[in-house]
Formats: sequence, structure tokens, C-alpha cells
Amino acid sequence: MPNVTPPKKYNLIGKNYTTGDLYAKVTGKAKYAEDYRADGMLFCKLALSPMPHARVRSIDASAALAMPGVKAILTADDLPAPANSITDNGTVILANPRGYQALTNEPLFQGQPILAVAAIDELTAAEAIEKIKINLEPLPFVVDPLVSLRPGGPNARTDGNAWVRLPPPPPKPGERPPVTPPDLQTVKWTNEDFEDAKSGRLPMGKATEEWHVGDIDAGFKNAALVLDETFVTPNTSHQCLETRTTMAYWQNGKVFVHTGTQSTAQTVPAIARWLGIDQSNVVFISEYTGGGFGSKITGDITLVIPALLSKKVGAPVMMRITREEENYIGRARPSLHGRMKVGFSKEGRITALDMFVICDNGPYDMVGDAFSSGRIVSVLYQPMAMRWRGLTILTNTPPRTSQSSPGGMQGIAIMEPVLAKAARKLGVDQVALRRINAPEGKAPFGPLVAGKQQYATSAFVKEALDRGAEQFKWNERKVNTGKRVGSKVRGVGVSVSSYSGGTIGFDGLFVIKPDGRIYIQSGVGNLGTESWTDVHRVVAELMGVPWDKCDITWGNTSKNLPWTCPSGGSQTTHAMTRAASAVATDAIKKLQEIAAKDLGGKPEDYVVANQRVARKGGGAGLTLAQAAQRAIQLGGKYDGHELPSDINKFTTVSATALAGQGLLAVAKDNYPHDGNTFSFVATFAEVEADVETGQYKILDFLAYADVGTVLHPNALGGQILGRSILGIGHTLGQKWVYDQHYGLPVSKRFHHTKPPTILDIPDKMAWGAVEIPDPETPIGARGIGEPPVGGGCAAIMNALSDALGDEIFRRAPITADVILASLEAGKPMQDPLRANI
Amino acid sequence: MAVIRDVIPAFELFQPTSVDDALALQARHGVKAWVLAGGLDSFDWFKDRIKRPEVVIDLSQVRELRGIRADANGLEIGAMTTLTEVVRHPVVREKYGILPDAAEAAASPQIRNQGTIGGNVSQDARCWYYRGGWPCYRAGGNICYADTPTGLNREHAILDANRCVAVNPSDTAPALIALDAKFVVRGPKGERVVNAEDYFVGPAIDITRMTILKPGDLLTSIRIPSTWAGSQFYFEKARDRKVWDFALVNVAAAVAMSGSSIERIRLVVNGVAAHPVRLTAVEAAVQGKPRNEETAKMAGELAIQGAEPLQYNGYKVPLMRNLVMRAIRGAAA
Repeated sequence: MPNVTPPKKYNLIGKNYTTGDLYAKVTGKAKYAEDYRADGMLFCKLALSPMPHARVRSIDASAALAMPGVKAILTADDLPAPANSITDNGTVILANPRGYQALTNEPLFQGQPILAVAAIDELTAAEAIEKIKINLEPLPFVVDPLVSLRPGGPNARTDGNAWVRLPPPPPKPGERPPVTPPDLQTVKWTNEDFEDAKSGRLPMGKATEEWHVGDIDAGFKNAALVLDETFVTPNTSHQCLETRTTMAYWQNGKVFVHTGTQSTAQTVPAIARWLGIDQSNVVFISEYTGGGFGSKITGDITLVIPALLSKKVGAPVMMRITREEENYIGRARPSLHGRMKVGFSKEGRITALDMFVICDNGPYDMVGDAFSSGRIVSVLYQPMAMRWRGLTILTNTPPRTSQSSPGGMQGIAIMEPVLAKAARKLGVDQVALRRINAPEGKAPFGPLVAGKQQYATSAFVKEALDRGAEQFKWNERKVNTGKRVGSKVRGVGVSVSSYSGGTIGFDGLFVIKPDGRIYIQSGVGNLGTESWTDVHRVVAELMGVPWDKCDITWGNTSKNLPWTCPSGGSQTTHAMTRAASAVATDAIKKLQEIAAKDLGGKPEDYVVANQRVARKGGGAGLTLAQAAQRAIQLGGKYDGHELPSDINKFTTVSATALAGQGLLAVAKDNYPHDGNTFSFVATFAEVEADVETGQYKILDFLAYADVGTVLHPNALGGQILGRSILGIGHTLGQKWVYDQHYGLPVSKRFHHTKPPTILDIPDKMAWGAVEIPDPETPIGARGIGEPPVGGGCAAIMNALSDALGDEIFRRAPITADVILASLEAGKPMQDPLRANI
Repeated sequence: MAVIRDVIPAFELFQPTSVDDALALQARHGVKAWVLAGGLDSFDWFKDRIKRPEVVIDLSQVRELRGIRADANGLEIGAMTTLTEVVRHPVVREKYGILPDAAEAAASPQIRNQGTIGGNVSQDARCWYYRGGWPCYRAGGNICYADTPTGLNREHAILDANRCVAVNPSDTAPALIALDAKFVVRGPKGERVVNAEDYFVGPAIDITRMTILKPGDLLTSIRIPSTWAGSQFYFEKARDRKVWDFALVNVAAAVAMSGSSIERIRLVVNGVAAHPVRLTAVEAAVQGKPRNEETAKMAGELAIQGAEPLQYNGYKVPLMRNLVMRAIRGAAA
């Protein structure tokens, strides 16, 4: 057993409470970007490319600009050049000259914005766009990565079809090596390589990236069972209910931007970089965001369109993004074509795993889904030997980006049906097979780095499987599955799931003012997870202050927010509870010092509790209000006139502005951290399929999470089940549909892309948490946003194959037509490899 | 010229308060006029700027088009009655249960609150090429994009295709045909009453329209005779999601039994052709037979004779067969 620290008894952590944004959200008082108005505000509309790949020969906007009410046009020629970015540790990330920009003169997918028109209202702007002549030269295109890999297949870009990551250049003395963009290459396979495609198996020509650990040949040789399976996951749009609408204006040289984001503080440098201005000239307002799921980690680059138009015309500009536009520019998860050869011992232990994936990248910036699919499969299933090979192929389809569990979800979706099939073939219980392969403790994963595998901070997957199986009554339920009653047949499925669960090194900032209250500054985005407030419960907990004595300022960067992690990669709970611990510790230390100065003795003679700092065991003390007043009198570090040198310059600016208002607490998270933080979920589902229609219904669902200490149960449950549903959508029906001949999508409407509805999920969905603190972080809490996604998808697939057998599906989503046609034919009937059907 | 979607173009709006006024406006504006019921079909077209009528005649203020009148002879449902009103009406629920079953299967609660029964049966094809503005046969062009070697046609026709392979998307239409409803149409030449199945037209007759309505015509009400009141009914809709989806295939049956055998039956499927398909051959074949597995199987096989699947909709053949089987088996299936 791993070294388990029993949960601490907390007053606030682990308890439900009413978040400060609840009433505004449920009453409609919350203001999202589209709800803002400014004096003289104009509206802008976009002209989108009608072709999958073309070059703009010329634009004639004279008739449009002559219309009354039309104020300006913005084209790609008006955009600043792509700029480098710099990470917190000073590493320069060089701009990718082929990266996605808000407007273009060479559209690489249908729906890509070419120009924008600002006018007094949207109707005028739309009519103006219809008067613009855009002369386009059609160029070759491809919307299927395998078609592009064929001998003589078209390339999505004129200069290549594959992103290849190159090793970093040798560093210059005394400098960190910059991060260079991937290399664009042309990769074609041979006709011999494609032989496997004839039998529906993924062809495996030369890969562009590869790693291996251990001896897979020996692993396969020693295996009792070897399976070799092909599986294709769908391209899926993020479908945030709030589209990426933006309103922007300029005042006194500063740009004010209203748009949705996942990460408030982190969006400021992104806006500055995209607009080519200093970040001190950016004011960013985003108190509420209608979903991001990875597509709005730092807002979206299209925000520059109203910002630049506003600068051009000297008036505020609102850009409302429609649902169809969102379908094009709202980003998407890339499909992975995967092939898994897996060797199992007779007990079900994975002796060897040979994984091959092709990522359908879209035409722009390289996404890491191919690589991370291997990394997650490695940590989650702990193969005794593993090889991973991958390619990231460009297509003329909308740009991809991270979507909840990027790569992880696809890797799990490709792997889990293989495990389910193996358990049936070996006669091993499905839970037992996952348990025998489950990571435990400092579980190793991924390729060798400097001769060693990396490892997890902790993993309690076996506990999650055991407790989940018990709560779900797995052993009772599994007995009667697969038997037809009338036209109905039931099945149960289990899956394991994981994704990254935390980063380190960010800042906390708050002020105890002479009114005795704690004013907490939150740079976390309000993306719906409630982490913008939940992480700060740690401050109140450690300070011993009631929650109603705390006020949180969030969502407006003119209000002095600290440098904060991006809310992506499920980092926030982990990263910002660490920062909250660090800043609370700083406050406690300052309070103890002030008390010792005023009341004698040593700082360590004092404790902070009950809104006081007082001598241990009772006696003299100061209220927080008195201490705050003293901090102002003492000045220096106590009221923020002296600041630590290790905090981010963003925090320094904010803390400087807050100095002198009370006891200012500010600190960077410098806690030790050994390993990579992951969270895990064991997921259980029961389905009932109708063999006469192919339709199926999810009867029951349980997700049991290993996320360390539980911060806020209601929010955690919302994330576990909500993100499970995101994954379930990939099984039930979410996908793109493209006509390959024209390179154009036919599934542009919200209902064509079929996100799951409330009636598609069971009435009762359950969740649980193992509640074993992570030993590598002070509060023990890890993130949860992404880990459930792959589990939700895979548990339903596994329940379906339990009900219907292994010869039904070879790709997701699994819709009624696929099930019925395959049952009818007695073999999988769906086109096995063609993209976007 | 650049194309832009999702902004409704300006139009002249009329809101008549009587059928006579609506017809007069239609007569005055002819092909320039667009008749607006609940708007669920119309606004989709307008937002995309594909259909750009100069004049829109909104029927929402015409009281005589709303409501359900029930008497011993049956029902008369105003064309502007919402699907929700149809679903909730006590007499409809009690005697003509197949209709609320079908109406409640349509779309989503919000859409049913706004969508009308007249609109539901008169809605245009939902083929994603056609609705996406592709210049196909139905849009006046000379190609069917869904019926090409690369065409995506999972949701398209297996029966009666003629150049166009779009299907009729209505859920209430097959139920109304099963109930032997009559559609009341008023036009420049006065009032016509047509059998429900004759209201719908396939591409062989007119490739640009789904119904017999021509410019100047108005569907005013739907009459349901008492013939089938209280009969045994069966409605089922196979769909991708449990709500907010068009049917892949749906089936509606009204059955009158004599002892243990089928005395009379009306059996209709939709989602398989450009019009709802009444299965008269199956109706004749099952007459006098018991509602058992054997009859059901025979009916299912007979129903799909002549079905011609496209590349991606082969599943519709067994789906239609099985839904017909289930309709014959009845609720106990």
C-alpha cells in the first residue's frame, strides 16, 4: 500500500457553501461579454472563406465602404506580426509564422475569417459584406489525414502536411534555449503501407515521432493473448454555450477588452502579444464565462478583431460570434486514428503495448494530442513495455486546440475497448483486469527523459476501482448482462481514466484591512468550475477566519490581481491551493511578527486563530483589524511597500497598487513537488440497448475519483459528472461530417454536431472520491476538470460491447445506425477509416 | 460577392388578424410573400440569408387558426395550434393518443411551445446540403450532392427518390395519416379538403416543394374523423438523441381489431422518403391476421420491398422493417 496520509479535519475545506456568483448566474444578472454596452458602440461582422483552401487575390470593398453606416474594414494586412511569448522561467517561445491568426489572406479551412466590417449595426455590416468582392484562387485541399498520407495525396498547406517536433537547438552560453515551432514537412506513405487499410486496419507507415520503454518484442512473446485493434475517435467542436463574443475599446492608450476566458490573469499577456502592445496597456474584464473546455484558456485570438477595428475607428466595437461562426473558429478536439497491439498475461497484465496514432491536426498550430495520448495510456495502464509512434497531419478543417483531456480522452477511447475485449477472451473480470494494470504511488510513465521515466506524485486507482465497484455493485450486476429480454439487452462497463492534475509556482495575494476583513485577489477565471473562489477557501481555513469575513475580487485586471496559473490542464485546484497556502502562511508569519513587536516575546509564541493573533494558550493578542492597522503603521513588508523578489512581475504591479491598505500578504508557491501530478477516475456504467433499433439508454453511471483532498464537494461532483458527460457525448453522437470531394462540412449546425442532451444521460448519476491527500502538495488537492472525460466515453463503450459483443463498432461515436447495421450483418459495418463520416 | 450567414435580412412584416386578410396579403404579394407560422423552419432560412422574402405574413395574430375543437365527428385542429397544445389537449390524449405521442416526440419542449402543427407538417426538407445553401436540385440546381460517391447521406431516403434524396422530417405527419386526417387548404380558388397523405408531394411531382401548398395557399386546419378514435395505436421514433432531433425513421399505426385479428389498419412511416409513406400493401396483407410475431415479421419484410439504400443509410432498411414489425406487434412488443 502507498504511504497514505489520513485526511485532516478541516472547517471549510471539504464543506459545501454558496459561491459568490451563484445568484447572479441563476437570476441572469451576471454580465457576460455580450451584455456590455459602451457609448457609440459599433458592431462588426465577419466574411468567412467559402473554400477549404484558397488565396486571396484581391479584395474590393469600395461599394461596402460607400454605404451609409459602414465605418471600417479590417483585413489580415492590418494585423500585427505574430510575436514571441516568454514563460515564467524566462524561456522564449518563438512565434510560429504558420500559426493561426484572426484574419487571413490564405484561408486554410472553410469558415476561416478573411475580413471584418464595422458598422452602426449588424444588419448594415452584413449587407456591407455582401457588397465586398473577394477574389479567391482555389488551392488543393484535404480533409482526411489518411488521404493526405497517400502517395500523391494533397497537402493541406502549400508547403507540407505534417508537423514534426525537432530537438531544441543547442543553448547559447548563459541562455535558456528558445522553444522553436515544429517543422512543417511533407510525409507520404507507400501503396504497400496502405495494404492494411483494405482490411479496415489502420495502415502504419513511417511515423514522425516515436519513443519506447522496455522490450516490447519480449513482452509480446511472453503474452498469453495478443490483440491488434484499430479505433478512430471523432473530431468534436467545443460547443461552448457562450460563443467567443468580444467587445473592445481604447481609452488613453489602454485597450479594454470584454470576452470570455478560462484564465483572467493569464489572458493579459496573451492580449498584449496578439495586439503587439505592452501588457501594462491591457485592461481585461471577464467576470463570467460560458464555458471554455480548453478553447478559451487565454481567451481567443479573434478578440483582436474588434480591438483593432476599435482603434481604427475610435469607437467601441462589439463582435458577436454566431453559432455557425463558433463552429468554424470555436476550436475542436482532433480525431485520432489509433492502432493498438497489446499483449496480455493470462491474468490480464499488459506485457507489451505497441501504440500508433495519427492526429488530424487541422491546418494550424500543432496540438499535442498524439503525444499526450501515449503519455496518458502509459501512466494509466502501466504496460511492462511500450512503444508509441505518432504523426500529426494537417487537414483543411477548423483549427484544433486542447479540449478537456486533450489526447488523454482519445488514448483512453482507443485503449479501453481492447481491454474490454481482452478481459472477455481471458475470462478475467473487467475490474480485476484494470486493477492489475493500475498505477500505484509514484507510478512511472512515458518515454525516458535523461535515461529515466518520469513518475506520478501519487495514484490511488486501485482504491477508486475497489470503492467504485462496491458502490456500483459491480459483481452483482455483471452476472445478468448480455441476455436478451424481448428486443432489449443490458451491459455493464468499467473504465479507468486520467489526466494531468496540477502545476506549481504561482502567486497568492490578499490584504487584511483595518475593518478586520480579508480581501482576497483572485486571478482565476470564472469558467464555471468555481475554482475562482474554491481555492481561496484555503486562506480562510488556514487563517482561521469565517468565510463571510472574506471578500474576493475577480474578473477585472484593473483591480490588482496576482499572477495565476492558466485554468487549463486541470491545474488550478492544485496550483492555486498551493499559492493560497503560501500566502496564508505569509500572513500568519507577518501577524506573528507584528504581535511579537507590540506585545513582546518571539513570533512563534503567537498563534493566529478566531480572527486574532494571540499568545499560545491564551493571553494578550491583537484582532486582525488591529494588526492590519499596525501593518500600515509599520509599513515595509507588512503593508506591501516592500515585496518579495521571487513573485511574478504581474503580482508585483498589483501588490504595489494595494500597498498601504492593511496587512498585505503575498507569496509565491515554493513548496517542494516530487513528480508529475495526475488525477484518476474509475468509471462504471450500465446500458440497455435495443437490438431492433440500435438505440441505447444509459441506465446508471458512477464515477469514482482519486483527486486527493476534496475542496468543495458540490463543485467537485459537478466537474466529475459534467466532464464525464462531455466524454459520454463522444460515445453517443458528437462528431463532424465532411464531404471529402468538396472539402466542406455539412454538420455546421449545433444540432448536427449532436452534443448530448439532458435526456441522454441517466436521471441519477453518482460520483465518489477516494479522499486520500496527494503527498506532494500542502493541502493534498489535485485538479479534476479533465480526468473524467475519457472515463465517461469508455465506460459507455465498454458497457455496449458487454451487451452486444465485440463485433459492433470500431470507432466513436456509436450511433443507432452503426449498432443496427452491424448487428444485421454480424460484423462491424461502419466505414472503418474514413474521416468525418 | 462575399457570403454571410446568421443575420436576418430586412423584410416588410404583416400581421393579419383573419384568414381572409392573410389570403388577401398573399394574393397581393404573390411569390414575394412568405407565410410565417411558428418560425422554426422560416427563421433558419432567414438567418442564413438563403431565403430572402420581401414580405413576411406572420399568422400569429390570426385567432381563428388556433385551438382544437372536439365533437362527436372528431377533431378540428387549427393550423397555428402549437405542438404543446396538441400534446396537452385532454380529448386528443384520450381518443387520438397517437397524435400527442408523435407531437411530443418532435424537437424539444421550447420548440414545441413555439412550433405549430401546421408548420410541423409543412416544414421543408432538412437535408444538410440543401439547408446549407448548396445549389442542389431542390434549390433549383442540377445535382443532388447527397447522392454522389462522396455524398453524406446517413439521414436520407431509401424509397421513392427522384434526383433529390431528402426525406420528410415531420413526426406528426405519419400520425395524422394514420388517423385518416383531412387537411383544409384555402387559396385563391376557395377551400379544398385533401386526405392527409395527398398533402405531401415527392420530388417526382415537384422537386422544390414538400406539400401541395402553392403561393397564395394557406393550410388552415386539420380535421381528424372519429373513425379511429380510441383504436389501438402505435407510434415510435428512432432517433440519435432522446430529445431535439429529427427522426431517423418513425412509424405510426392505427389498428382496429375484430376479436384477435386485425380488422382495419393504417400504417405509415416517415424519414424514408421525401413524403410520409403509407404502407397500403402491408395494410392489406395484415388484414384479418392476428397481431403476433409471424404477422409482424411478414409485415416488416413486405414493408421494405423496393428499398434502395445509399452509401451511408443502409441501416434504415432494417430499421424501417423492425419499426413496422413493432407497430404490428403493438405495445406489448
